Amino acid sequence: MVGIVGYGADLPRNRVRVEEIAETWGTDAPAYKRGLGLEEKSVPSPDQDTVTMSVEAARRAIRRAGIDPQEIGALYVGSESHPYAVKPSGTIVAEAIGATPECHTADYEFACKAGSEGMFVASQLVASGAVKYAMAVGADTSQGAPADALEYSAAAGAAAFIFGKENILAELEETYAFMTDTPDFWRREHMFYPKHGGRFTGEPAYFKHLCGCTEGILKKANARPEDFKFVVFHQPNAKFPQRAAKMMGFSKEQIEQGLLVPKLGNTYSGSSPMGLSAVLDVAKEGDRILMVSYGSGAGSDGFIFTATKKLEEVQDKEVHTRFLLDYNKRYLTYGQYLNYRGKIIMNLAD
Amino acid sequence: MDPQKYWRQIPARYRLEAYKCKNCGKVFFPKRLICDNCKSREFVKAEHSDKGKLLTYTVIRTGPADFQDQTPYVIGVVESENGARLTAQIADVEPENVAIGMKLRMAFRKINKTGDAGVIMYGYKAVPEFE
Repeated sequence: MVGIVGYGADLPRNRVRVEEIAETWGTDAPAYKRGLGLEEKSVPSPDQDTVTMSVEAARRAIRRAGIDPQEIGALYVGSESHPYAVKPSGTIVAEAIGATPECHTADYEFACKAGSEGMFVASQLVASGAVKYAMAVGADTSQGAPADALEYSAAAGAAAFIFGKENILAELEETYAFMTDTPDFWRREHMFYPKHGGRFTGEPAYFKHLCGCTEGILKKANARPEDFKFVVFHQPNAKFPQRAAKMMGFSKEQIEQGLLVPKLGNTYSGSSPMGLSAVLDVAKEGDRILMVSYGSGAGSDGFIFTATKKLEEVQDKEVHTRFLLDYNKRYLTYGQYLNYRGKIIMNLAD
Repeated sequence: MDPQKYWRQIPARYRLEAYKCKNCGKVFFPKRLICDNCKSREFVKAEHSDKGKLLTYTVIRTGPADFQDQTPYVIGVVESENGARLTAQIADVEPENVAIGMKLRMAFRKINKTGDAGVIMYGYKAVPEFE
């Protein structure tokens, strides 16, 4: 049996409120808050990026797992905001956690589902016996163009999972993938910001793939919505996952614990993985957990986990994700936010 | 900074790797080739604890060109739980809230970058320990 043997998350302390962005662009803050179900979003400090948050999340995962990082045979970082265009994030993360040199690494990209892609591959590598432990990280410092609807939600955060066969915290019961070629969101090379298809990102994109994946994995596992204690869906805003849950017969209680987006924003590749980390923080032995990601372009990865007794022993070994969400918060003005995100043209140094 | 120089510092910058003289036991951070105490050239790997407390600090208001966008920022001497001391930037806390004796933990952060096209340099900064 394969499962998660360690997990951890990280997110920055900075937040910017919906009102702060709305005031800058003269838009209707209450309408955005209602429409998106968002209050604020996380913003990385100038010294934080996808790699730094990945390392922090990975270190928490290792401490929860209590394993020697030298035994991690594969490490995948999924992100759409890798700091380098050419040079892997994975090598930096692996070096920082002490997993080099006998480790296979690759960076994944698939809009918001790059993290779950890593989880899919890492878990299957362990299942095949190719490696003893494999780590997958989903992390992003996502960008939305100024004044675009995405600017209200594009946030920063990371979650890391180690898969193994011993001392399992959450057994991996089933996996499933569902994808088509759907151009709902993209960023061309050398462009600063992504573009999206507006309402096209809803029905034919998010809902088709997320619901298709959910229905597919339930059928494959011969399971019903009521069989799960916790359900985590990709959360680009609070409305989409809540609507998808209702459409497929899941309750508010099932998705509540993993729904971080109202106070976190959309952490893209970190989104559903961070939701899963918040669920693992509180799950009890025997609880079944369904996680379904969504990445534009477009596709979803589905996972069914069952929590073990061992999970309860390690939950408090590291900070909980919801603790990080409220800890040491600092609210930025829109000007500070622009500065932190490097959106201001500076005079070049001599 | 040259990528080569940065690369040589990676064990210390990323993993706080210190080295202990096999002969006299003196600990060096970062690594040195010769022990300045007993002239031995043999060392074993040792790690700093990633938790410690602030011994002293200063607030930088006019920084070097590469750090000017971060001013005001705090540089402090951190004593780790195993007694080793190192200098680091103190992040995630406003200068007016920094206090000698405060509990800190080491975090992995971006330290600097070589312009818009050069290498990004990562390393450790001290941040307030979770309460």
